Amino acid sequence: MREVAVIGVGMSEWGELWRKPMRDIFVEAALAAIDDAGVDKIDSMYVGCMTSGLFVGQEHLASMMSDYLGRSGIPATRVESACASGGLAFRLGMIEVGSGVSDVVLVGGVEKMNDVGGDGATYALATAADQEYEVYHGVTFPGLYAMVANEHMARFGTTRQQLAHVAVKNHKHGSMNPRAQYPYEVTVDGVLKSVLVADPLRILDCSPITDGAAAAVICPLEMAKKISKKPLVKVTGSGHSTDSIALHDRHDLSEFAAAKRAAETAYKMAGVGPADIDFAEVHDCFTIAEICVIEALGFVKRGEGGKAAESGLTALGGKIPVNTSGGLKSKGHPVGATGVAQIVELTEQLRGESGKRQVKGARRGLAQNMGGTGGSSVVHILEVA
Amino acid sequence: MFPARYWREMPQRYRLEAGKCKRCGKVCFPPRLVCPKCGNRTFDTVRLADEGVLKTYTVIRVAPSQFTGQSPYAVGIVELDGGVLITTQVVDILLDEIKLGQRVRVEFRRVQEDGSAGIICYGYKCVPAA
Amino acid sequence: MAGIVGYGAYVPVHRIKVEEIAKVWGADAESYKKGLALVEKSVPSLDQDTITMSVEAARNALKRAKIDPSLIEATYVGSESHPYAVKPSGTVVSEAVGTSRNTHCADFEFACKAGSEAMFVCVGLVNGDTVKYGLAIGADTSQGAPGDALEYSAAAGAAAFVFGKEDGVAKVVATHTFMTDTPDFWRREYEYYPRHGGRFTGEEAYFRHVATASKQMMEKVKMKPQDFKFAVFHQPNGKFPMKVGEMLGFKREQIEAGWLAPILGNTYSGSSPMGLTAILDVARPGDMILMTSYGSGAGSDSFVYEVTKKIDEVRDVAPKTRQQLDKKRYVEYGVYAKFRGKIRMAD
Repeated sequence: MREVAVIGVGMSEWGELWRKPMRDIFVEAALAAIDDAGVDKIDSMYVGCMTSGLFVGQEHLASMMSDYLGRSGIPATRVESACASGGLAFRLGMIEVGSGVSDVVLVGGVEKMNDVGGDGATYALATAADQEYEVYHGVTFPGLYAMVANEHMARFGTTRQQLAHVAVKNHKHGSMNPRAQYPYEVTVDGVLKSVLVADPLRILDCSPITDGAAAAVICPLEMAKKISKKPLVKVTGSGHSTDSIALHDRHDLSEFAAAKRAAETAYKMAGVGPADIDFAEVHDCFTIAEICVIEALGFVKRGEGGKAAESGLTALGGKIPVNTSGGLKSKGHPVGATGVAQIVELTEQLRGESGKRQVKGARRGLAQNMGGTGGSSVVHILEVA
Repeated sequence: MFPARYWREMPQRYRLEAGKCKRCGKVCFPPRLVCPKCGNRTFDTVRLADEGVLKTYTVIRVAPSQFTGQSPYAVGIVELDGGVLITTQVVDILLDEIKLGQRVRVEFRRVQEDGSAGIICYGYKCVPAA
Repeated sequence: MAGIVGYGAYVPVHRIKVEEIAKVWGADAESYKKGLALVEKSVPSLDQDTITMSVEAARNALKRAKIDPSLIEATYVGSESHPYAVKPSGTVVSEAVGTSRNTHCADFEFACKAGSEAMFVCVGLVNGDTVKYGLAIGADTSQGAPGDALEYSAAAGAAAFVFGKEDGVAKVVATHTFMTDTPDFWRREYEYYPRHGGRFTGEEAYFRHVATASKQMMEKVKMKPQDFKFAVFHQPNGKFPMKVGEMLGFKREQIEAGWLAPILGNTYSGSSPMGLTAILDVARPGDMILMTSYGSGAGSDSFVYEVTKKIDEVRDVAPKTRQQLDKKRYVEYGVYAKFRGKIRMAD
């Protein structure tokens, strides 16, 4: 397989974008990535999107987006794996470039979530869970992660305060990210006093509802060396794994086995281990998710994820900074775009473009994107070429 | 909910019917065509136990529209005797009295309804055992 | 002759006290408690209805019957609060308990008499060898209009009986019925709450029908009140069944075992059948039981049972009725109003 480089990244504005239609949000991010890459020609594109059908009633997305991007005619593919749609789109684009089928591929992710009310969003997001055997009984997504949290707390002694520390850390990181939807800091007390959504999770444990898109342009590393004017970033590891989408079908209710397997694959491909990773973007859709994911990735031992944010291990300046962008929590979580936005953060960090939140000496970063309650997971490792 | 979708799951929702692998004995709920443990494709129909243990739970305070009248309500994962885990509401108990590991029993309840004119969807919920 | 092979009841866990209702309407709780001879009533949750309670009562009955549910060839659910105006309750119950697919299934409605009707028909079908086993259920989640006297008594509960052509736990010695057209209580189609004739529901309605059916029954089987260990009459409140018992010559002790209304309320189609389950919970082999139901409109079904030895084997196999009554949680009127759908919600 050919080595693959990321030569351009971009994001749209993220937030409650009342004035912008989904197509424009996507194109805004795609154009930013294309301009960043400085390329004219796109051979093929992938669009990660979870459920535009439910959020805006629009399917057949890839064709529409390629048309509005002014590239009608190119092969364009929509990728869906719930909240891991963006990460998976990136993986498929990488495989297409790596295999030699295409040279320059645009990978984007988009979600327009504010064209439905809160109830519509709850319904749309819950389609990532088992409709007949979970959602039928009144479970919501915060509810499923709350059950993971209760299990983790009962089993490992993880505390309510430790959950709050994840939000505090990620909001602190996000406060340094001009593109974050909620770029302000929160306190442990503020998290603990915020409204309960699904016990023990409170509103400040949850990622927000976001309109937004992100995009990356990738090409063979050899080509990148010739055409790119930016510091080169290459993809050295990629892993993807699935699991039952019903939480109750897992033998371990607070272990994200798909994330663990995807990471093992990516580490093996990159020839590295968890200790070799300088920083990571992980899927903190809820505070408990980051705790379980850093365990699955091997950054901490099983059961010790709760201590990481509290001790500063995963903060900027810590041993392994996690979610320097602010994560889903502060930056926002337009579900289909999230996985690609993680690649944007990794690329900018590796290029040294992250300003106040720059991880010093960042040479190798990891992105972990997750669908549902871990029914799918995609892990990528990017390095300075 | 369209009636057919509710109707086809009735053996599971009403009677907790599961598939037991004829080769390795793995019990699948709902029934499957392929055993996830051994790959076998033949099953016997069995009924799950109607008691079990609460493994984890939460209290839903922001509920989907069909459930707003019921909120706040508890939803948990129950390991029924025999080892199968199900997601289900836990009712007839004060929310702050629910304890992980407590024994629960399955009861037949209304789970949701399709507005006031649509079908009523029944199924299992758990209540404290004895 | 047919017998009760298995019996079971179901009582929801929630209760509301007379005081709590009276407080909302500025009424005098003490006079209601005295007048109705009841202190509280059962309240179904939002997720309970005639069907769910019927299923649970039927499961309890089947546990005691110790028979394969697929041998049941008739399922009858009597109620005035079937969840659907059109679509049977009985099919849900049959599927949930796993009866034969060739079960004859029907819903009955005759105000508070629908449960005993189901029993009456099952006895006939078993005696006529039309079915091997029949499942008869009386269940209701009745509503009284807010502030109406009925609101203090309209309760929820279910009783289920498996009948078969064997002695079972109680032999059916005789059945009898009496009816007239008497409009003492009714609910028109599309109306949410029932209407009633106030004091007209007494002498010419409840007392006439219950007393006549019971008297005719005793003449038919040539028995006197003192020949019965227990009697249970329909219980629209705590007062009426005691009064009609007294009129007929029964003593308080004969009625008390099945007298649930003071702490349960009126479970309509479930009323006298639930009383019968409470009696079977304490009866001894050889005891004779008189049961007479009442349904407005109006009519009464009367049954004479003789308890058999098998009662001692099955009594403890399922939760007893008074055990269920003891397990309770009180709700305030606001929660009660939410549970009973009395709050106007957004579409």
